[in-house]
Amino acid sequence: MIREFKKIGKIYVFGMLWLLGLIWPMVGIHKDGSLSFGRAFTIWSYIVVGTFACLLLYLLNKSGYLDKATKPMGRVRDDLVAKARAVPVWIWTLVALAAALIYPLFTARYAHDVAIQVLIYISLGLGLNIVVGLAGLLDLGYIAFYGVGAYTYALLSVHYGMSFWLCLPVAAVLASVAGCLIGYPTLRMRGDYLAIVTLGFGEIVRLILNNWMSLTNGPNGILGIKPPGIYVPSFEGGFHFEHIYLKKLYFLYYIALAIAVVTIVAVRRLNFSRIGRAWESIREDETAAELMGVNTFMLKLLAYAMGAVFAGLAGAFFAARMRFVSPESFTFLESAMVLSMVVLGGMGSIPGIILGCAALIVLPEVFREFELYRMLVFGAAMTVMMIFRPAGLIPAKRVGTRSEEKEG
Amino acid sequence: MAAEPILELQNVHASYGNIKALKGVSLKVYPGEIVAIIGANGAGKSTTLMTICGIVAVDEGDILYQGRSITKVAAEKLPVMGLCQVPEGRRIFPRLTVHENLELGAFYRRDREGIEKDMQRVYELFPVLKERKRQQGGTLSGGEQQMLAIGRALMSRPKVLLMDEPSLGLAPLIVQKIFDIIHEVNQKEGTTILLVEQNANLALQAAQRGYVLETGRVTMEDEAEKLLHNAEIRKAYLGE
Repeated sequence: MIREFKKIGKIYVFGMLWLLGLIWPMVGIHKDGSLSFGRAFTIWSYIVVGTFACLLLYLLNKSGYLDKATKPMGRVRDDLVAKARAVPVWIWTLVALAAALIYPLFTARYAHDVAIQVLIYISLGLGLNIVVGLAGLLDLGYIAFYGVGAYTYALLSVHYGMSFWLCLPVAAVLASVAGCLIGYPTLRMRGDYLAIVTLGFGEIVRLILNNWMSLTNGPNGILGIKPPGIYVPSFEGGFHFEHIYLKKLYFLYYIALAIAVVTIVAVRRLNFSRIGRAWESIREDETAAELMGVNTFMLKLLAYAMGAVFAGLAGAFFAARMRFVSPESFTFLESAMVLSMVVLGGMGSIPGIILGCAALIVLPEVFREFELYRMLVFGAAMTVMMIFRPAGLIPAKRVGTRSEEKEG
Repeated sequence: MAAEPILELQNVHASYGNIKALKGVSLKVYPGEIVAIIGANGAGKSTTLMTICGIVAVDEGDILYQGRSITKVAAEKLPVMGLCQVPEGRRIFPRLTVHENLELGAFYRRDREGIEKDMQRVYELFPVLKERKRQQGGTLSGGEQQMLAIGRALMSRPKVLLMDEPSLGLAPLIVQKIFDIIHEVNQKEGTTILLVEQNANLALQAAQRGYVLETGRVTMEDEAEKLLHNAEIRKAYLGE
């Protein structure tokens, strides 16, 4: 154990000194020019104690002192995993769906709100997954399609009073048209260039929303969007259908759930289709895909359009749920957020992305007291994730180990 | 030898930006032959194949396939016409399984039974691929990857198979195995093969005819046997 510590100790000590050098200017230099050391030192000492405890545990574990505790625990975990594996996947899916269905009955308004957020982001994340995870096109302006969907419903609802259900497909179609419009000129580019251009297009869409006063009311946004309505049978004064608006949050939760489930099913079907396979081949090697007869340009365009469809659906629902839209909701940060969810969860893995979305929405809510440090923790978490689990929380299922060199 | 060439390049020029890679390449491939293109690094061998496949644009000249010009035909339409390439450095899809890689070779085809039959055939040809069916392509060894690349191309049922450096980075024994299979495909299926190789000795032994490419031009063409015994060639490419 001493030997282990010697290897890591020096790096640790230097790291901690470096951290002190970082923390002190942030909290030790005051506006009036005075300097203080106490506060920086206190914060630093907490970090040192915390990390040292972690380090100690790590070293103990590595040199085998904790085997008495970890071995039985590991056995229990393996047992549980084996038992969970024995149950078919469709049962788990049913259980998850049932849990999602009864969720609003046991929770309060606030929890509904968070859950709706998660479901919207699941649609967004899975849509982006088609573009990034399957076709391998890094899209940094994805939120533009979400914006197109949201403004489509907002404008049609406010000006023409069109119903949510009618606007939902319209929003999806318009978003996919926007996807094609953006995709057509940009998809000739590859890799980094594509990322930068999509970033630019995302900003252009936001700026249009921000500046086209006569249509979008600019930064003030659009108010008075109608929530989704349904017809319910009514027996008062003779049988007829009465139109009511679903303003209750748990109704909206079920609509969001429906959209998310539709997205999950659709993305899953796409994933295992001929088209999905072709997308993956483009991600792996575009030239080779072309040589095999894959029409890469059309398929990349299709990936863009399909990704945009789900963003459009989510956007229309977002407008209906908030009953207000403004360009502020469609900034680059949102694109980055959705991309982080996809990467954190595991590119190309549907359960991974669902988990990623849930983690990135729910955790900040749970740790509301630390709101100030949110981005700091977020950054740290992403870094640690990329080091220890680069393929995401639940990596996409692709089995395979290096085969032995059996040549000669 | 049949009178009509199945593939013909007429004075083809191609370039990467300002750099001229092909300066008038003309060659003919007749049905059922194995034709080798040999030459040094940067002679334009791979570019020739990429130009035939429509990945690199033709600046000047014409490419005829079965008597039809394919100069303007999009790259992805060529496998449907029976023209497929095993690209240099294999370029298999590393994160797809062996099986999926082979399925992509038959991407344009819709006849499920035919695909299934061809899949079996490829697995017979390369038993090792069958063992590794569910494994990711990227986890295979170099020789296995080359077999996968050939298998993938065969899945498109090519009439003409273009092969770019099938011996690249492989152990001599594996190279022999690969060339045996090239021979077998040519003999059994009657697939025409256009072979690009650094390894001139091997290529000329396998081929019936050969072309020598130098800085984007064909400098020599003859029967493979004669090229193999040509003093100049032996000096330049066989290190004698």
